[in-house]
Amino acid sequence: MGEKPILSLQGITVAFDGERVLQNLNLNIRDGEFVTLLGPSGCGKTTTLRIVGGFVRPDEGDVFFDGKKITDLPPHKREVNTIFQKYALFPHLNVYENVAFGMRVHKKSEKEIRRTVHEMLEMVSLTGFERRSVHRLSGGQQQRVAIARALANDPKVLLLDEPLGALDLKLRKDMQVELKKIQQATGITFIFVTHDQEEALSMSDTVVVMDKGVIRQIGTPQDIYNEPKNAFVADFIGESNILDGVMHEDFLCEFAGRRFPCVDDGFAAHERVDVVIRPEDIDVVAPSADTLTGTVTNVTFKGVHYEIIVDVKGFKWMIQSTDYQEVGAEIGLRIRPDDIHIMKKSEYSGMFGDYSTFSDEMEEDMAAAEEAEKQE
Amino acid sequence: MKKAVSRVYMALVFLFLYAPILVLVVFSFNDTDTKSRTVWSGFSLRWYEMLFEDRMLLEALRNTLIIAVCAAVGATVLGTVAAVGIHSMKSWRRKLVMNITNLPMLNPEIVTGVSLMLLMVFVANLFGVTLGIVSIILAHITFCLPYVILSILPKLGQMDPHLYEAAQDLGCTPVRSFFKVVLPEILSGVVTGMVMAFTLSLDDFIISYFCSGTTQTLPVFIYSMTKKRVSPEINALSTLLFAVILVLLLIINIRQGKMGKKAAKEANV
Amino acid sequence: MKAKAVSAPYLVWMAIFIIVPMLLVAYFAFTDSGGAFTLDNIAQVGQYSNVFLRSIWLGALSTVVCLLLGYPVAAIVAHSSLKRQSVLIMLVMLPMWMNFLLRTYAWMTLLEDSGFINSFLAAVGLPTLHMINTQGAVVLGMVYDYIPFMILPVYSVMSKLDPSVIEAAQDLGADGRRVFLRVTLPLSMPGVISGVTMVFVPSVSTFIISKMLGGGGNLMIGDLIDMQFLGTAYNPNLGSAISLVLMVLILICMGIMNEFDDGESQGGGMLL
Repeated sequence: MGEKPILSLQGITVAFDGERVLQNLNLNIRDGEFVTLLGPSGCGKTTTLRIVGGFVRPDEGDVFFDGKKITDLPPHKREVNTIFQKYALFPHLNVYENVAFGMRVHKKSEKEIRRTVHEMLEMVSLTGFERRSVHRLSGGQQQRVAIARALANDPKVLLLDEPLGALDLKLRKDMQVELKKIQQATGITFIFVTHDQEEALSMSDTVVVMDKGVIRQIGTPQDIYNEPKNAFVADFIGESNILDGVMHEDFLCEFAGRRFPCVDDGFAAHERVDVVIRPEDIDVVAPSADTLTGTVTNVTFKGVHYEIIVDVKGFKWMIQSTDYQEVGAEIGLRIRPDDIHIMKKSEYSGMFGDYSTFSDEMEEDMAAAEEAEKQE
Repeated sequence: MKKAVSRVYMALVFLFLYAPILVLVVFSFNDTDTKSRTVWSGFSLRWYEMLFEDRMLLEALRNTLIIAVCAAVGATVLGTVAAVGIHSMKSWRRKLVMNITNLPMLNPEIVTGVSLMLLMVFVANLFGVTLGIVSIILAHITFCLPYVILSILPKLGQMDPHLYEAAQDLGCTPVRSFFKVVLPEILSGVVTGMVMAFTLSLDDFIISYFCSGTTQTLPVFIYSMTKKRVSPEINALSTLLFAVILVLLLIINIRQGKMGKKAAKEANV
Repeated sequence: MKAKAVSAPYLVWMAIFIIVPMLLVAYFAFTDSGGAFTLDNIAQVGQYSNVFLRSIWLGALSTVVCLLLGYPVAAIVAHSSLKRQSVLIMLVMLPMWMNFLLRTYAWMTLLEDSGFINSFLAAVGLPTLHMINTQGAVVLGMVYDYIPFMILPVYSVMSKLDPSVIEAAQDLGADGRRVFLRVTLPLSMPGVISGVTMVFVPSVSTFIISKMLGGGGNLMIGDLIDMQFLGTAYNPNLGSAISLVLMVLILICMGIMNEFDDGESQGGGMLL
């Protein structure tokens, strides 16, 4: 990976019909990097991608490619290619002609076209499908044709707009692995847009978490998960218990009415903070004076573990544990210092509370409704 | 019982629809000197012979074809561009443009005809020219446009909006993207629109009647014939036109049938 | 896409060939032959209220007859096998491909006093009938010319009705009559409404059918307008005023029809 950014977005601001979509966005992407733009629908991730592709012109700010300003360059002159959400395969062309499209536009020789198409189809395991009409491909196969078509153009940067969203779960997992392999094999910079945090964590070198047109955190998947910068990131990536707390001094914080040793420092004395504790980091122990104590209100079997909701003085915690607990049982919660993560207060503080209204189905329902709204 | 009733009913309806045409056709072959359109006096092709010697009629036929071709091409090109433009419009602008576009279709034809006549006469007076084939073509393009636009818009709506972007992404200029990707997608709508425009123009009487000045199109010519209450020549003309249409429709249907079968075959492979 | 640049030529065309002509009609309607503003033309339209009433009456009558005759046809076609459907629809549309002047002319030859029907009646020894140049003949001509416009939209809606809806109604205990009144009819209303509009508008504004089959005695609005522009009573100002009133009348009628419709129906399956 080169240190000089291949792509640089500087001070990008975009508004559609007076509504701010992106606000002063700055982002540098290194050559060969697998970058994921992650966020809920409407966070501006797709718009960011479209700015790189050249389909949206920013109101303010500039785009640099290899150090050259390309803000006003039309899409067909950019050395980036896109894999569109529903693939946008050309229905009037067969697989071969779809993959050959870009090379034909660039007037490559028939010989070269034939060689490259074969190479690309081999890479995505679609050899033998050349003459097939794209209508008669499964979703996964269409996805592969889209990848082959984009890569046949030999782009420096490949943009992927939620390319796995239309596939079912099993196929999605396989494609994640495959995409990552292709990226490593070709060394092309990938910019990948998704709202699926698992996808983002498992594939990327760098994750960019966005919300409301602003970048909330940039980091490696480990950073993002272990060291979320604010309550939004903590809540969006995985499950978290987010509590109101006070940092009394370095390495000593207070939440849930108790003081805990922790590993964070650099806060002002008695600064109010948000405290994040991941459900899998909490140990269930026998209740004692030294532990937080609560009542189990709900237990759900999840396969690898149980999801246990515990009421501690009115605050509902989520714990993931391999041990079953009886509803109504009194249990103790043990939290080690390095499981406590302290965040500065942000605009998100207080928005993500406990798990008192938690239900999987409701969350899925809401996600589905959101998705439907997006389709409008 | 129920089936029998509906059969009889359908038979009666089709009798109603086809009896007049049948009578017309039969009497076009009537060998009569009194020009009677109702008394059968033997088979003859004399009215057909007369038809082909009629200068005025051939002239009208030629005009009609020229107008129909020009109107169909003009309305299709303009309508395709218009549909693409309208498709990319949003909310109130789109609504407004669509409402105005539909006006010539919703308005009584006579009002459209009269209003276009006022415009043509106004412009003709301005330049010191008279109404003729050009004014008819312009008027025909105008009333065919909504049909073309309405047959293309749904195709644009069904199209994946990213196709156009994908072509550009792969290196096509916007104009080239349109021809390479968008046009093939909406082609069936464009062709439907063109065929409709062509037949509407061929068949139109009212608009042509008001915008033609002294130029005759076939329907205008037919109208002048019916006014004079003339000969079975007109029966012969009707029969010929009907036969041509019938043959054309049969060809189209057979071709579609073949294509349908071919598609079905392919799908089975 | 650059919407503005692409739609510019059409917007210009629209302005010149749709908006300007309409404005010209309005201009002529409110001026006299010298070009001065006047309301006389509009006032004069009132003299022809009998013509307007006759047009509306005949137009409405033809529309009702078309509906009564056409609805069962649409229903029967929609319930036939798919292969039959396309043949039957083809047969319904075929006469439309013949110029309507010729179709109307065909009825002239049938209805005349010495026409085919009367010749036939005389031949079998029945008394002849006077049919041509009556209102009945005009309605007959309109029904003949426009009934496909009723059948096609109703058919296109009915053929798309989900048969399981009918089955659900039967399952819930509705008999044949109730199924029709409570389910089939309401669901086919969008087709009926567009059929009614498509028949009523040309019927009420026709000027050829009334002239050819109605003789001089059954003047309709269309004839009146024709006379003012290309006929003996040359007066484009009055003609424009009549056109304007006709247009407003039609728009009001369509507005009322649309009230019955919940907006999204598209009955226009009348291509090819």
